[in-house]
Formats: sequence, structure tokens, C-alpha cells
Amino acid sequence: MNKKILKKEPFNLIIAGVGGQGNVLLSAFVGSALLNEGFIVSLADTFGVSQRGGSVQSHIKISKSTLYSSVTLEGKADVILGMEPVETLRALEEFGNPHVFVIVNPRPVYPTGGVTYPDLDEVKRVIEKLSSTTKFVNATEEALKMGNPIYTNVILLGSLVGADVLPISRETMIPILEERFPGKLLDTNIKAFDRGMQLIAKA
Amino acid sequence: MANIAMNKPGATVLLMGNEAVARGAIEAGIGVAAAYPGSPSSEVLTTIASVANEMNIHAEWSVNEKVAMEIAGGASFAGIRSFCSMKQNGANVAADFLVNANMTGVGDAGLVVFISDDPGGLTSNNEEDSRTITKWLDNPLLEPSSAQEAKEMIKWAYEVSEAVNLITFVRGVTRISYTKSNVVLGELPEKKEKEAYFSDLWDMYNPKKSKFTSGPFPVFHKPLHEKLEKAREIFEQSSFNRYVGPEHPELLIITCGACTSYCTEAVDELKIGERVGILKLGTTWPLPERLLAKHLSTTKKVLFVEEMDPFVERSVMELAASLLPATCDLTFYGKRSGHLAPYNEQSTNLVINALVDILDISYQARDPSYDKAAKDAAQIVPDRPINMCSGCPHRATFWAVKKALQMDGRKGFVCGDIGCYAMGFTAPGFFQSRTMHAMGSGAGVANGFGNLKQFGFHQPVLAVTGDSTFYHAVLPALVNGVYNNSNFILLILDNSATAMTGFQPHPGTGLLATGDPAEVVEMEAICRAVGAEVEVCDPFDLENTTSTLLDMIKKDSGTRVIIMRHMCQLVKARRKIPNEYKMHVDTDRCLGNTCGCDNLCTRIFGCPGLMLDKETGKAAIDEALCVGCGLCADICPANAIVREEAA
Repeated sequence: MNKKILKKEPFNLIIAGVGGQGNVLLSAFVGSALLNEGFIVSLADTFGVSQRGGSVQSHIKISKSTLYSSVTLEGKADVILGMEPVETLRALEEFGNPHVFVIVNPRPVYPTGGVTYPDLDEVKRVIEKLSSTTKFVNATEEALKMGNPIYTNVILLGSLVGADVLPISRETMIPILEERFPGKLLDTNIKAFDRGMQLIAKA
Repeated sequence: MANIAMNKPGATVLLMGNEAVARGAIEAGIGVAAAYPGSPSSEVLTTIASVANEMNIHAEWSVNEKVAMEIAGGASFAGIRSFCSMKQNGANVAADFLVNANMTGVGDAGLVVFISDDPGGLTSNNEEDSRTITKWLDNPLLEPSSAQEAKEMIKWAYEVSEAVNLITFVRGVTRISYTKSNVVLGELPEKKEKEAYFSDLWDMYNPKKSKFTSGPFPVFHKPLHEKLEKAREIFEQSSFNRYVGPEHPELLIITCGACTSYCTEAVDELKIGERVGILKLGTTWPLPERLLAKHLSTTKKVLFVEEMDPFVERSVMELAASLLPATCDLTFYGKRSGHLAPYNEQSTNLVINALVDILDISYQARDPSYDKAAKDAAQIVPDRPINMCSGCPHRATFWAVKKALQMDGRKGFVCGDIGCYAMGFTAPGFFQSRTMHAMGSGAGVANGFGNLKQFGFHQPVLAVTGDSTFYHAVLPALVNGVYNNSNFILLILDNSATAMTGFQPHPGTGLLATGDPAEVVEMEAICRAVGAEVEVCDPFDLENTTSTLLDMIKKDSGTRVIIMRHMCQLVKARRKIPNEYKMHVDTDRCLGNTCGCDNLCTRIFGCPGLMLDKETGKAAIDEALCVGCGLCADICPANAIVREEAA
């Protein structure tokens, strides 16, 4: 995507996941990158129970000129980054529309307390039906291969940037990772980020 | 952001509303900041404390909001600009000081209080609207509509506070406190030594000379109202009150705070900018009455959009009544008319719905066939009930409590309290808590149950509190229980942090807000000193914890204390303490759906690290979530969950 150009005003990104998956850090990375590219950003994470296994959504409204509220209007998402399949569907239910671009990590996080998880293949089918484009990125699986599920969110960040739907690039993102991850952590996180970019290219 | 005190005026940074509030206080040159953590306000003091040493600010986590407020009061009385922040419920705790401090006013330096309310109870168990407190205090109130405005308002609030000699309040809401957006930094004050002093003037009948006693009140109450009128005059001119729209709008929206952008977006989305005007108020108490009267005269229809109580709505309708007959043609819409609700958060879509109805227009958020498909799809989306984290020590405590109370058999129960363990009344706490009210109310209410023996009450009573809540509001209830011989057991769930709000330190942690070390105020020493019998358990030692609980329950007399001590799993992760065990399920031993336990581990115990393998019907460990606490090995009746020392 051509830098500095927004397809729509405002442009609405939603990152949907489960408490503990790292939504908040991920959204802050994206927000900082957009700000560094000169955009006006309004970003909110649903807080409070976010560390305790509940649904978490981060909403980011991006504009060239206006400070908007942080909450997406019903049916107005442009991109949904789903860190978990059922949470992706939850976001589509309220904010989806025939034009929405969706990236999904297909690894379920099972609800606790005896709640039944729906058939994963059906969830994936419905997500595809409700999106204009669906890209599946096995981020958790890749993170476990790297030795720690903690890398899931940075892999997905790489996929989001690699998907070329936002006006941010690898060059914008690397300095932000450098600021956040000191020393040895940086190399592994850049590796995770690049893995995410490779995965989306093949998805 | 690297440093909230960076000296780069004009630089644009991404700040959370709470960080912008902190930056505003730093730009205003505060010398003292005090708070008790409470979401959605917690990050304000965390942010100030992170630069307190370099900025020569005394920043502290006080034991509760009243003490925090008094600390800010003392500093202001001594001529140092001071700051206090809290969540909505904190205002109740601080109110007893405030109903006197409104009459004394501030010292030569201003005092600003930031209170963040929580519409929708996203991080609270109620939706109190703190603006009502400010109104009955007769103190000035500002409401920011964005992070940038929050920063500017905090700075300006010091000027107001000093000009009218009153504590000045700034009200946030969750969406202001927690939204991150572009903020342009202002200048930092010049570094100079701030000199504190306390006036030695004294004449108790002269408010000018004895400023810091709230009595005799007839002498002080009259000036309070004069000060409030002075604030109103200042507010009439404030640029934080803005109107956008046609000269004579068909409908005038009066709004404030986070709702401002909802109104703007709704008008844009419906493309009705030529018909509808928006008057956004930044100063909501006292109201700028002349400004409002002017705008009320330009229209026939008024819609109020604000979070929670119809605070502005009622005040403006009262004003309109005083302006009769000039206002007799006005129709008012808002919470009273049922177009918006006095509960839950507002949103752009809710404002759109109200406008569609009032102006009789149509609106479709998305294609109807897509809408139907999306809503049909939602039927397969399961609820995701909130839970305690994987490896949470509270799960262990409530498991032991449940077991001990079952073994005792007299229908004992838990009086709950505020913190992560508030989940004691839900499935993750095995439904053990049966009451829940304010901070410290668990111990207080347990005192009440514990006095009922003469009325034939024989059920064992337990109260829970967290470590931070213990210092905040449980101490008086503990002393009361011991002295009046109330029969209950206080469980202090000491997980080494104020975990619910973001791991702030408290007097039991040995750390100050700045991260500097301090002497621990030991909770067991306090409990023993007041005369309570005290036991300390590690809840992950389920057997010992259960038997200690049972022994204490059987004593059935006096106020007893058990400290359940185990570090919060998230604190462990933050301190990079490695996992103790590597867990796996022995699939030969796990009988799965055919076991008489009926999926005890996944269905009842419910740790997020456990999952049910759909294909085999047996338990499995979710490697992405398990933190290797090992507790589930002790609850499996088939001994199928195995812990091995982590490598």
C-alpha cells in the first residue's frame, strides 16, 4: 500500500482476541507506527477483565485530519485482525460488512467453565463468508515452534503490516520494536515479525 | 512512550488519556501527587510516579482515597500545587474530607482532583456518576472530551482553583482515560525550588486569616457560594465550551466529555450538519448560564447527550424553567424522554438512533442481507465468561474454602470484596462469595453476621480481602471485630500486589510508588497486635490450607485471620520467575467422559490452562496458557494430571 494514503476516512481497524493474548501491546505498536507516519489515531482497548480470559477488542480509528472517538460504528470495520477464530466472528457480527479484510490466527482459545466451542471448520467457513478477503495465519503454531506462545502477537503484527492494508511498513515498525524490546529480545521479535510477513505472503 | 517528562514542547506523542492527565499535572508544576489505584484512573499516578524523582515531585500510592486527598490538601495548604486522582467510588471515600475542604478552600497553591467514572462498569461493579458529588460540594467541575483536552484542562484547572480558591475537579470516563490518541506536548515548568510554608495567621472568625478550619460554618459557607459564582463567571468565557453548527439549528445537541465525538460522528454519518448544532460543554458545574440561555434561544428542540446520570440535562432544564416564558416553546430530549439511557455507555450508534427518531430520518448501518448473515453467524459464537488467570492463587483459595465449608457442613459462606477475588461470587470462585459491596465491606458485613449468635445464627462466616484492600479499608473492620468479639474468619489473599488495577505497590510490598524501597508494614504483625489469632498458608498446599481452614472454622468464636500467601501469577511473569512444573495428562489414567468426575478439571475447576480434547473426550493441557502451577494435579480424582519439575 502506498504510504500515507488512507483508503477511507476514517479507516477502522479492529484487533480481536482473548485476554492474555497481547492485544494491548499489539494495538499500541500499530498506533505508534501510524502516529509516526503522521496520522491522527484514536485507539481503545476494552480493559478491566482483559487479563482474565474475556473477549478483548482493540479499536483503532485512523484519520488524516480528525480526532474521532475510539469506538467503531456498527458495520464499519475495514480490517479485522483476529487473534482467535471465535473472537474474529464476534467482531464480524457487530462490525463486519461485505468489504472487510480479515486476518485470522486459527488457533482457538477455549472458553472455560464448561462452555462448548463450536466446530472450528464451521467457524472458519462463516468467517470467509462474512469477509471480502480472509487470510489464515497460524501464528500460535509458529510461536510455539519458536519456543514461546508469547511471540504470537508480534507474528500477527508482521502479517498485518505484510498484508499491505494499512499505511505502515516494516521500516516504520522496526524502530518501534527496537524501543520496546531491549537486547536479546529484539532479535527474536524481529524474527517473529518477519515470520509473520512471510506467512501472510503465502496465505 | 519513553518518558512522560520529556522536554519537547510541540512534539506529538501517542498518549492514553490517563497519561495525558499526568502530563497536564506535570506541565502545571505540581509538587505533590497522591492516589489510590482504581481503574479507570490507575495509570495517572503510575505515570507521574515514573518521573517523580527527576521532576522533584512527591508521588505516592496512599492507603486509600481519603488519605490521598488529605495529603494533597496538606500540600496545597502549604503553598505547593498538588494533585489527587481516583476512580468514581474513591470519591465516596474522600468525600468526608471534601465536605469540609470545600469550605476551607485551598491554600495559595491549587489542588486539582481527577476522577474517572466508569459508564458500563467496564472495570467496576457499579456505575456511580461522581459529578453529583462535585455538585453537592459546590466545587468547580470540568469534563474533557479527548486526551489532548484532558491535558489542557488539568493545567487550566489549577488556574481556576487558585482564582476562586476551591478544589477543582476534572471528570474523566473510561473512554477518555483509556483511549490513546495524538497529544501535542506543552512546555514543562522551569525547574525551581518550591518552598512550602504554612501561614501563622489565626482568627477563627475571619475566613481570610483562618483558612484551614471548616468551622464555624456560617462564616465559611457564605463565601463558598460566592466563590462558586466567581467560577461561573470564569466559565462563561471558557474556550472549552464550543458550539459548532448553524445559527438557528433545528435541533441543538448539548453534550460533554467522551460523548462529544459521538455526537460529531453521528451528525457526520447522518449528513445532517446543516440541521443540527452541537454545543459541547467543558465546564459542567457551575454551568455557564448566559451561554446556555443564548443557545436555548436559537432552537426549539434540545437533545442532551452525556454519560450516565442526566446531570447536565436536569441542570439545563432547571435553568430553562427559570427563563420562562422565553423557553416555553422548547422540547427536551434525552434520558427523561427515553431517547438515551441513564445507564451503560453512550456511543455514536446510540446517538444515531436518538437522532433518527427525533428528526424522523432513516439510517442503515450495513447491507440488510449481510446484517442477517452476520447475526445468524453470531448464534454459534459462545460466551466467554471471565475467569481467574491460569495459575491464579485465588482459585486455589476458593477451592480450599469450598472444600472446608463442605466438610464443616453448616452452610458457611464468604463475604466478598473488591479485587480479582471479587470473582468469588462467580463460577471461577465456585460461587463461594454471597455478598459484595464496597472496598472493605467483606470484613464489615462479616462483623455483622458474626454478631447474630443470640438470634440463632450458626453458619460459619468468612470474609475475603486482598492485600491492598486490607490496608485500604479492612483495618477498621478487623479492629472492630476483635474488640466486639464478632465471630468470623478474615482471609487475606496476599498475592504481593494490587493486581486488579495493574500491580501497584502497597504498604505490604516494600516498594514505594517511585519504585524506591520502603519498610514493609507487616500484615501478620498488625493482625496479631490487634489481638486476632493468625495463621499463614500457601493456598497451593491445598491439603494444609483446607485443614487449617477447617480448624479455624471449628473454633467458632472471635475474629480470626488466615493469610493466604502466594504471589500473583502475573507478577511472577513480570519478574520473570520461571514456571515450577511442566504439566501433562496421562491419557491412560484420564477416563474422560466416562469418569465419574464429569470433567471436574475443565468444567468446575476451570483453569484456562486445561482443556477438553473434543476427539478423545479427555483432559489436555493448553501449552499456550498453562503456567505450570501444578494445582490441577491435586484435584484430579484419577491422578491423571501429572506434574514434573520444569527443566
